[in-house]
Amino acid sequence: MDTFSKRGYLIIGIFVLTGIIFIAGLFRLQVLDPTYKVFATNNVLREIVQYPARGLIYDRNGNLLVHNKPAYDLLVTPREVAEFDTTYLCNLLEITLDDFKGRLDAAREYSRYKPSIIVKQISPETYAVLQERLYRFRGFHTQSRTLREYKYPAAAHVLGYVGEVNQSDLKEDSYYSQGDYIGVSGIEKTYEKWLRGEKGIKKFLVDVHNRIQGSFLNGEEDTHATVGNNLTTSIDIELQLYAEKLMENKIGSVVAIEPSTGEILALVSAPSYHPGMLVGRVRGANYSRLLADTLKPLFNRALQAEYPPGSTFKMLNTLIALQEGTINLHTRFSCDGPESRPIRCTHYHVSPLGVVDAIRESCNPFLWNTFRSIINHGETAADGFNHWKEYVESFGLGSRLGTDLVNENNGNVPSEDYYNRYYGAGRWNALTVRSLSIGQGELGITPLQLANYSAAIANRGYYYVPHAVKNIEGEVISNRYRTKVETAISPEHFEPIIDGMQMVVENTNASVFMRIPGLTMCGKTGTVQNPHGKDHAAFMAFAPRENPQIAISVYVENSGYGSTFAAPIASLLVEKYLNREIAESRTWVETRMLEMDLLNRNQSR
Amino acid sequence: MPRRNQLWTNIDWLTVFIYLVLVFLGWINIYAAVYDAEHQSIFDISQRYGKQLLWIGAALLIAFAILLIETNFYVFFSYAIYGAVILLLVFVLFAGNEVNNSKSWIAIGGFAIQPAEFGKFATALALAKYMSTFGFKLQRFWSLVIIGFIIFFPAALILLQNDTGSALVYFVFVLVLYREGLSGVVLFFATLIGLMFILSLVLSELVLFALLSGLALLTFFVVRAGTKHFFKVLLFFAGAFILLAAVNYLARLGYQVEHVLAGMILLGGVGIIAYSMHNKLKSYTLIALVFMGSVLFSLTVDYAFDNLLEPYQQARINELLGIESDPLGVGYNVNQSKIAIGSGGFWGKGFLNGTQTKFNFVPEQSTDFIFCTVGEEWGFAGTLVVVLLFLTLFVRLIFLAERQRSGFSRIYGYSVAVILFFHFMVNIGMTIGMMPVIGIPLPFFSYGGSSLWAFTILLFIFLRLDASRLDHLSN
Repeated sequence: MDTFSKRGYLIIGIFVLTGIIFIAGLFRLQVLDPTYKVFATNNVLREIVQYPARGLIYDRNGNLLVHNKPAYDLLVTPREVAEFDTTYLCNLLEITLDDFKGRLDAAREYSRYKPSIIVKQISPETYAVLQERLYRFRGFHTQSRTLREYKYPAAAHVLGYVGEVNQSDLKEDSYYSQGDYIGVSGIEKTYEKWLRGEKGIKKFLVDVHNRIQGSFLNGEEDTHATVGNNLTTSIDIELQLYAEKLMENKIGSVVAIEPSTGEILALVSAPSYHPGMLVGRVRGANYSRLLADTLKPLFNRALQAEYPPGSTFKMLNTLIALQEGTINLHTRFSCDGPESRPIRCTHYHVSPLGVVDAIRESCNPFLWNTFRSIINHGETAADGFNHWKEYVESFGLGSRLGTDLVNENNGNVPSEDYYNRYYGAGRWNALTVRSLSIGQGELGITPLQLANYSAAIANRGYYYVPHAVKNIEGEVISNRYRTKVETAISPEHFEPIIDGMQMVVENTNASVFMRIPGLTMCGKTGTVQNPHGKDHAAFMAFAPRENPQIAISVYVENSGYGSTFAAPIASLLVEKYLNREIAESRTWVETRMLEMDLLNRNQSR
Repeated sequence: MPRRNQLWTNIDWLTVFIYLVLVFLGWINIYAAVYDAEHQSIFDISQRYGKQLLWIGAALLIAFAILLIETNFYVFFSYAIYGAVILLLVFVLFAGNEVNNSKSWIAIGGFAIQPAEFGKFATALALAKYMSTFGFKLQRFWSLVIIGFIIFFPAALILLQNDTGSALVYFVFVLVLYREGLSGVVLFFATLIGLMFILSLVLSELVLFALLSGLALLTFFVVRAGTKHFFKVLLFFAGAFILLAAVNYLARLGYQVEHVLAGMILLGGVGIIAYSMHNKLKSYTLIALVFMGSVLFSLTVDYAFDNLLEPYQQARINELLGIESDPLGVGYNVNQSKIAIGSGGFWGKGFLNGTQTKFNFVPEQSTDFIFCTVGEEWGFAGTLVVVLLFLTLFVRLIFLAERQRSGFSRIYGYSVAVILFFHFMVNIGMTIGMMPVIGIPLPFFSYGGSSLWAFTILLFIFLRLDASRLDHLSN
């Protein structure tokens, strides 16, 4: 009677088909598709980052320069926020109600479930108050961070500063995540990898309300934060402080190098700023203020300013000629003082004169003749010029030295192409480019390069790439800073030049400003022609003459002659570094230099 | 008493065994779902798993009692039971307690029961009784009206309680009717309507109507390939299209192409019907009607969807069909549910080691989303076992139903199978994102006394009927 019993099979078919579809779906979901496992982990794991303290920074004598102070971030998980006393919290955190609401909205927009930082870098004092009342503010919690603190108000341009990572940092290195700190300039940037240490991660299980339910796998997968490596810089903080003091109210730079190692003893770019200005919540405001300052305190003149070397370049031209044999120690050139052609001399002096006296007198005609002899030594002018250029570049001029301080500039040594383009190939000669003979014209040299050039002379023909870090805790510094770089000049040619440099310090009209009792310093002044205003004073020196301990370059912008402005400062620094104090007889020089205010245009000079 | 002894040997122990396994698995998964370190005792009756154990105990007593009652009792009192449940359903509308936005609970002392759960077996009894009446003919118009009333009256009352999920269950009786001789055409059209419903919402009107037009032509072509009739059909459609397009353009009515296409099917369809009636082409009439109906239905669905459904219902359907994705909003439940199941992998994370379910990422995890816990802690191995257990049960029930001598027992048996199947399909489909979020429990698994008892009663009445299948029922 039951005509429809076959229909039971269709119904069974529906059951089985559904079952197969479900099993296939479950297989895909559970076995084939890995994405849900990732989602699940993201759901329940809250990774709390353990921020390591950054490595400490010491000077060469073990004085602590940079250390860390605690600071606290306030974080909010928007979903958990209940009503609270906004006014109280805003007053405590010293932000306006609107600002606070804006930040809360931004956090909400980012994620309602994940915590985001709402106020950064709260001081320990504020934190102490906040922590006690935090229970009143549901959904808020704090995390501790460390901020840089500086023992001395000095060396900002060497140390650099630490800031928050930007988008490109995040893209470049997966170590960083939003809100992390990173060295932005100076050795903080160069040695970031050592200083930053290693972040740790504590994994916690959280429930749907983001409440911590316990550790994940009993902390098996947690990693501990590793404190950053400590750095010993080559900076002598006393010298640095003294240099900065001398450069107060002046625009310019000081670079001091230990010739035997290439270690930077002091590096000043004036005007400078207190490194602490760029730390913590005040950083943003201070940074804009420094950026807007017309004297450009953020501009690191020691590495980035390019000046023509002026008369300091004369030793190099003489050395090249001696090496090439186009002049020798018996060569004499005559000088008619300011009537000389094609280059005038600044003053009348004994004539004709040889190498040593030419350096002492900074005689322009001597150098013109010397330079011409080098250029004409080649088959063509261009040939001679290229030969000359090789020598110049062997002193680290015309390109970055490759120090461990960031944003170094190349300087400039013109090329043959440059003149060919300007004058036409074969249509220029020594006369055309004569200003190179006295370090003017297209030449550009940074204060660091000048100091390094000084060190190369002090070493009689070699240098080490200047660097600011002496050692990294547990690790030696890069090989490149421990490798001697030879110049193209043989050692024997240096002595007559150095004789001249010693005489500059001891036997000229300006010697009163720079002669240090009991020390043999060798130096050379330079006056950099400045088309925009008063000339810049330059001075390079090293001391003592035998076994030199310090090589130095000093630039003082818009001051005038090198001998009266830059040289005294350099001599004071050399004296300070080698004798640890300024002789009684020279305190007047010190006072004069300290009181000189080149920023105040009304002061008579 | 020989008959008593016969009862225990005639009971289908396989079904009882599957039932017990499912109930046990449900219970330990509820334990895992609400487990926390503070309440570790599995017997703690302040916790859901403790309570579920009480419900299970009660359910076993109920099952035992049902088996002891004479079979004729259920046949005699079918309508009475149905009536009583209807009264409860009416009562709950006025005096019920609202939980989760649906007014479907009656509180008795400390307990609350959900009459809607009991509506299912009562309806099944009434339906079985009515359809097994001597001389009953399904094809009669009044029979269908009465069957419709028996099925949809409780469904309507449940819908009024705002418990859409439980109301939808009643549609599954169509499978029983089909088994009892309802024309396959009804089933075909039911499927077609479902398909059209989904397509109307998923596809843009342009694609849908273009597809329908193409499909219509193809069908006409296949049925009477290469005849002049098909050529006529082309003419009708082309004529209708040109006419409508011209009117639309000249009168500047501003209808889109898809509406012209829809109009073409309707107008051309009328012409084709006239033509095919004249030429006695029954198949062409039928095809034209099907496609005209599809167009009309699709237009109605769009209208109904936009104007008649509540926003949350629209959102849930949209979410399922992948039209709008909002993982933290409407889709949150399903998304978290899929994460929990998906994260289980092949072997699962182990008992009580589920993180998604334990930390409450999955909502309703001990009731509607209990399957998540299975998926997360027992992995694919676990879900496979559960799905297979259910499938075995369903197929076994169909087998048992088919071996009944009486129409009453068979119809009731089919009802049991399809009701359980519907819950299984919707519930598991929902947790893995293949069905919209419709809050109905997974039979024997989900936490809750009412549903466990209702399913137990549903199943064990049939087991009782089956145990005495050799006896003569009174009708």
